[in-house]
Amino acid sequence: MKSVTVAGQRLEAGPVKGEVTGTVRLAGVSKVFGRGSSAVRALDQISLEVPPGEFTCLIGASGCGKSTLLNLVAALEEPTSGEVTVSGRVALMFQEPALFPWLTAAGNVELALRARGLGRAERRQGAMELLDTVHLTGFGGKRPHQLSGGMRQRVALARALAQDADVLLMDEPFGALDAMTRDLLHDELDRVCAGRQLSILFVTHNVREAVRLGDRVVVLSSRPGRVIDEFAVPIEHPRRIDSAPVAELAGRITDRLREEMSHAAR
Amino acid sequence: MPPGDEQTSLPAYAERLAWLEAQEAEAPPEQRGRRLLTRAWAALWPKVLAIAIVLAVWQLIHISGWKKDIFPGPGATLANLWDQLRTGLLWHAIGTTAERAVIGFGLAVVIGAVVGALVSRIAPLRAAVGSLITGLQTMPSIAWFPFAIILFGINTTAILFVIVLGAAPSVANGLIAGVDYTPPLLLRAGRMMGLRRLSLYRYLILPASLPAFVAGLKQGWAFAWRSLMAGELLVIIANQPSLGVLLSTDQDQADMESATAIIIVILVLGIIVHTLFSLADRAIRRRWGLTGTS
Repeated sequence: MKSVTVAGQRLEAGPVKGEVTGTVRLAGVSKVFGRGSSAVRALDQISLEVPPGEFTCLIGASGCGKSTLLNLVAALEEPTSGEVTVSGRVALMFQEPALFPWLTAAGNVELALRARGLGRAERRQGAMELLDTVHLTGFGGKRPHQLSGGMRQRVALARALAQDADVLLMDEPFGALDAMTRDLLHDELDRVCAGRQLSILFVTHNVREAVRLGDRVVVLSSRPGRVIDEFAVPIEHPRRIDSAPVAELAGRITDRLREEMSHAAR
Repeated sequence: MPPGDEQTSLPAYAERLAWLEAQEAEAPPEQRGRRLLTRAWAALWPKVLAIAIVLAVWQLIHISGWKKDIFPGPGATLANLWDQLRTGLLWHAIGTTAERAVIGFGLAVVIGAVVGALVSRIAPLRAAVGSLITGLQTMPSIAWFPFAIILFGINTTAILFVIVLGAAPSVANGLIAGVDYTPPLLLRAGRMMGLRRLSLYRYLILPASLPAFVAGLKQGWAFAWRSLMAGELLVIIANQPSLGVLLSTDQDQADMESATAIIIVILVLGIIVHTLFSLADRAIRRRWGLTGTS
């Protein structure tokens, strides 16, 4: 049994501003690549829910099928079995900025607005506001190669926001950045989220990052990916990645991951 | 939900942002404008040197007395070229040849682009026609002339036909390669953005193919220019002077000075157009950040 429902292609009659609509629900989702003896089970019976407005972090060692899971939610792939239900518009951010090199920073953001059918003046205005939001005022005319890695990823964030998504999927978006830039982008993301109604599914292999950002951390096992544990993050905002409560919870989660990996190794 | 932390952490945030910006500020592009003359000279002197070397070697051969009766020196040839440049005939011939080049290459670009676009999008067509295009590319265009002359007669259409056959495959292949090598990550990003079919093609795949397409144009031009010269030597149309006709007349009259002068004209025209394509290529690479320097 399988079905993919991507409901709410919010084009006409958008919901009232401020109302949180984005949800993600995975029920018993498995994904197998290939068939026969060479088949690889990437995900096994994953059940997971991202309630409206929640920031959910997904953590696991490499090979736990994190990216596959995001692809399923983004409807870029179909599950072998189980059900993926997404309500609201979905945007996806990658580890690489994936900006279009022939467009300026503003042009990249404007293209996302154009895909939503906005007129020229609205696109201009919208791109400027979004670049302001990610602290890139005045950098709209730069091409991606003229920007640093952190700036590029901020343009990518602006572009994701331009898609007016209810659900934001993030595939290790800060994984390729240095610690200082990453720290800054965590603040950036906090701030952006505070002003919007976004449900976020954030994949990372950095436990501290997950605790720093998430309302909840879901731990996956490796090969096949399976939900083995869940941790609520009852730490108040603003958080710091080097604060004691973050370190303490991150330590507990790391212990849990280690335990799982030693099981797998046996 | 994380609460708004504007009040609490914004000053610290702005401070750190400024610090980081200072760290990652790109190297200022100071080269532009400031030393324009120096740069122009830097680009020019190798070419000047190359011309000087060619002239020197040429003059040396002339002085050595090799085939003295027929082989002209650079002085006599350039004087001949200067004379011809002051008569209307050479300019008329350049006009005819340039017109054919523009029309023939233009047709090749349109046909090549349409075929390339269709083949890159339609899988069955690709399997059937893809290798045929590459095969056509290996065909020496001069071999098409008997076919073209029988089909169209001794006229401009025959020449244009062969130019198109010579250049269109390169243009098509350039576009196909560009479409094929559109980075999958960008395609995923485009699809997530909501770009579909025509808009995906227009806003993502076509611009992403531009560098490969320009490379195809450049190669196509080289083929077109060669086909055109071969054609003008084979398809001689009365009362229509072209560079090929002038060259052919020089051959008949054993006028080596004039023949060499015309060859120089052909070489220079070819180089000028090639340089234009190279400039376009470089401009795109600079815009995209594909150059090693930035």
